[in-house]
Amino acid sequence: MRPRAALRRDSRLLAAGIVLTAVALAALPFALAGIGTAWVRITNLAILFALLALGLNIVVGFAGLLDLGYIAFYAVGAYAYALLASPQFGIHWPFWVTLPIGALVAAVFGVLLGAPTLKLRGDYLAIVTLGFGEIVRIFLNNLGSPVNITNGPRGIARIDGLRIGEFDFSSADTLFGLVVSGPIKYYYLLLAALVAVIFVSVRLQNSRVGRAWEAVREDEIAARAAGIDTTRVKLLAFAMGASFGGVAGGMFAAIQGFISPESFVLVESIMVLSMVVLGGMGNVGGVVLGALLLSFVPEVLRFTVGPMQRQLFGRMIVEPEVIRMLLFGLALVLIMTLRPGGLWPSAVRRRELSLRGGASGPLR
Amino acid sequence: MIRDDRGRDDAPALGAARSPADARVLLRALGISKKFGGVRALEGLSFSIRRGEIYGLIGPNGAGKTTLFNLLTGIDAPDAGTFEFDGRPLAGARPHQVARAGIARTFQNIRLFANLSVLENVMIGRHARSRAGVLGAILRDRATRAEEAHIEQRALALLEFTGIAARANDAAGTLSYGEQRRLEIARALASEPLLLCLDEPAAGMNAAEGLALKALIESVRAQGVTALLIEHDMRLVMSVCDRVLVLDQGERIAEGTPREVRSDPAVIAAYLGTDPDAGASRAGTG
Amino acid sequence: MDIFLQQIINGVTLGAVYAVVALGYTMVYGIIQLINFAHGELVMIGALVAYSVLQILDPGGLPPAARLPLALVAAAATCMTLGWLMERLAYRPLRGAPRLAPLITAIGVSILLQHLALMIWGRSPISFPALVASETYVVAGAAITNVQIGILATSTALMAGLALLIYGSRLGTAMRATAQDPAVAGLMGIDADRIVALTFLIGAALAAVAGVMVAGYYGIAHYTMGAPLGLKAFCAAVLGGIGNVPGAMLGGLVLGVVEALGAGYIGDLTGNVFGSNYQDVFAFIVLILVLVLRPSGLLGERVGDRA
Repeated sequence: MRPRAALRRDSRLLAAGIVLTAVALAALPFALAGIGTAWVRITNLAILFALLALGLNIVVGFAGLLDLGYIAFYAVGAYAYALLASPQFGIHWPFWVTLPIGALVAAVFGVLLGAPTLKLRGDYLAIVTLGFGEIVRIFLNNLGSPVNITNGPRGIARIDGLRIGEFDFSSADTLFGLVVSGPIKYYYLLLAALVAVIFVSVRLQNSRVGRAWEAVREDEIAARAAGIDTTRVKLLAFAMGASFGGVAGGMFAAIQGFISPESFVLVESIMVLSMVVLGGMGNVGGVVLGALLLSFVPEVLRFTVGPMQRQLFGRMIVEPEVIRMLLFGLALVLIMTLRPGGLWPSAVRRRELSLRGGASGPLR
Repeated sequence: MIRDDRGRDDAPALGAARSPADARVLLRALGISKKFGGVRALEGLSFSIRRGEIYGLIGPNGAGKTTLFNLLTGIDAPDAGTFEFDGRPLAGARPHQVARAGIARTFQNIRLFANLSVLENVMIGRHARSRAGVLGAILRDRATRAEEAHIEQRALALLEFTGIAARANDAAGTLSYGEQRRLEIARALASEPLLLCLDEPAAGMNAAEGLALKALIESVRAQGVTALLIEHDMRLVMSVCDRVLVLDQGERIAEGTPREVRSDPAVIAAYLGTDPDAGASRAGTG
Repeated sequence: MDIFLQQIINGVTLGAVYAVVALGYTMVYGIIQLINFAHGELVMIGALVAYSVLQILDPGGLPPAARLPLALVAAAATCMTLGWLMERLAYRPLRGAPRLAPLITAIGVSILLQHLALMIWGRSPISFPALVASETYVVAGAAITNVQIGILATSTALMAGLALLIYGSRLGTAMRATAQDPAVAGLMGIDADRIVALTFLIGAALAAVAGVMVAGYYGIAHYTMGAPLGLKAFCAAVLGGIGNVPGAMLGGLVLGVVEALGAGYIGDLTGNVFGSNYQDVFAFIVLILVLVLRPSGLLGERVGDRA
């Protein structure tokens, strides 16, 4: 036990840190807007991906279920929002109805996918979820005819932005003499969502439910013997993770104003997974770090590698997009072989790795 | 100490009699049979475990001990026969339901949550006797906070009881073998079981650890928990059990006090004419 | 024309390719319980390498009969090298690690290979040269091309060869022993590492040939062609019973036929609500159904809960 005075000093430092971070985060979009509005949009997307990664982290990191079709829940949330708030059906419900509906529908999909498959061993579950993700995408792509539901590959356009009464997130306002653009408004909204999701994740992790997830991840048979209904607990993880994805999807639809099946391909699932793995499965801070890194680094590359190549070789040899993907692939392999806990491993992973004494072992 | 005085109404109170008719019987097995493929593992096995006793289950390798354990704890379902626990049938119960009904177990090849802390292991053991859900976890309302505090306090008490409180914050995987056994027992006790099933708890222990284990089992019983003990270590069985059931090839060949069983000709024959004490050196699964 | 028979012929042709690819999954899985997610990419690399070799040799005026074997050898050699590297660098260091770790590196390898191929062969689909003049024969009201016959013959030969290798040679015995129990096999003097490496090599060679066949069949090759094909082959392996060699062959054929019939008849069956554009869904539906209803697959052992 540490002396009380030290704890009090720590908590004062913590409070100061929180205030400073809050001020920095509040000022950030204006600084970014100074460089270019594109950077505010990039930041917004990064936060969206952090939301997604945190949702996937519940499934993969907490409960130990590898989901390779996670983007499907993002898609479901996005389409639920788009169909209920666009000219597609002429429905324009407010976001406080559509976002929860998106979360709910995604959760239902999560349970529908999970119920028949959760008794499968981990790697099979992974492939089935991948198949599920593809099925959802194929349906979105093809449900444009004979009855036009999703508008097929052309996607849904002119989706309503978020608005609360007269306050429209999509358009610029002048507040206290400061021009606050649409993206900056969304930034604050997303930031609030991120804080909420981090809060929920941490609370869940340190709870009876979180311990049950850990138990299932560590040893299912022992978990059952301890009175844990493993099927229920896993379904809960699926549903929770999916609903996070659903909310993120709804926000994505509102912010972009346009969605099409192309935004929900397998690579996106893998990208979200990379974020979780790179940052540190099971560690909320690590996952956010992973999401921000994998969102920003490629953008930085886009602005540096392209021009650099032109300068050096007179033309673009390797597209930044390709470099980005190569980095993803390399990161997955290197992290798993060299630093399996991720950049910022959770306490449990750290223990696991020190117990295991390195990743190499006899042929199983 | 291991009794939870704050147990709720729906949680079975430790050692409390429920149905007056069989007040003394906690578990009754009636005609349990199980085949694997064509091989008979258990045939029409019946026995009763009385409240508060330590009941031993022994037999040579392949006698059906582990099969019985798996049937009782819901991992497998019997082909025929029923278990009646605390006056209620256990038919078709899945492992977590068995745990909730008040049967806790340890595993022959220790199954701890090796990467979690010792304390967390025991706290997980209380899952069946707590109820906070997602909403409680997120809101952390007063009831949830009280429950969490209670879970932690109970878990710490159990670590004291089993003598491993000093390791509470270490990863379970770093414990010594004997300590891991104790932790498994602590985790099992966390669910406030009426019946504690121990699957070869002394396997792989040295003499000192074995003695300490014996003392632990006896103090568990002193708290009013009934125990079912599968064991190869005859000395432990003979010294700690009140009654012993001997299985051979899926059938009961003897039941009685250790002294009665020890001198039973059928038992001696089953152990190939050797003195049961010699079985102490046997190894392997039942 | 007999549409039913036609769909069967098309399905069996495609199914034969699935089967050859599925063998790669199933052999690796049988020995180290790893789903080599990147296996499909080897199919793609095989097709593209073969394309390049055919292009290089083209001006030399060599007849197709001579160019094709060279292309096949080059494709197989490249894929075997990659397969060996994959095993050595991405999977071997992770033996004994949690099961999901190698699956994640496999995804990483898959992305790497895909984008390396993108760098080398570009983003647009490549039209794969026809090596023989296409001829069509009509049998019982259905058409079958000489390319289809070639694919069927090649696949059958490959599968027969592999069966001979596995069930009739010392190496095959060692492979099966390692799959049964690596520790015991090791005690018998079998070098498990070598067996695993060899399994990857064989699977990679099969993938390369499958790549050439499928590119030749559709007349097209592309850096993204591997992943969907690999997934379907994986479905076929699971359908047959993963880890089971005859199962992979059977699973491939069944899946090919199901897909062809499904795509051919789904319109009629659903009153044209769904059309053949849902063809790619069938493999996944079959996969999910098999895993849920009969996880052991058609011929395999149970895989449900083996932790």
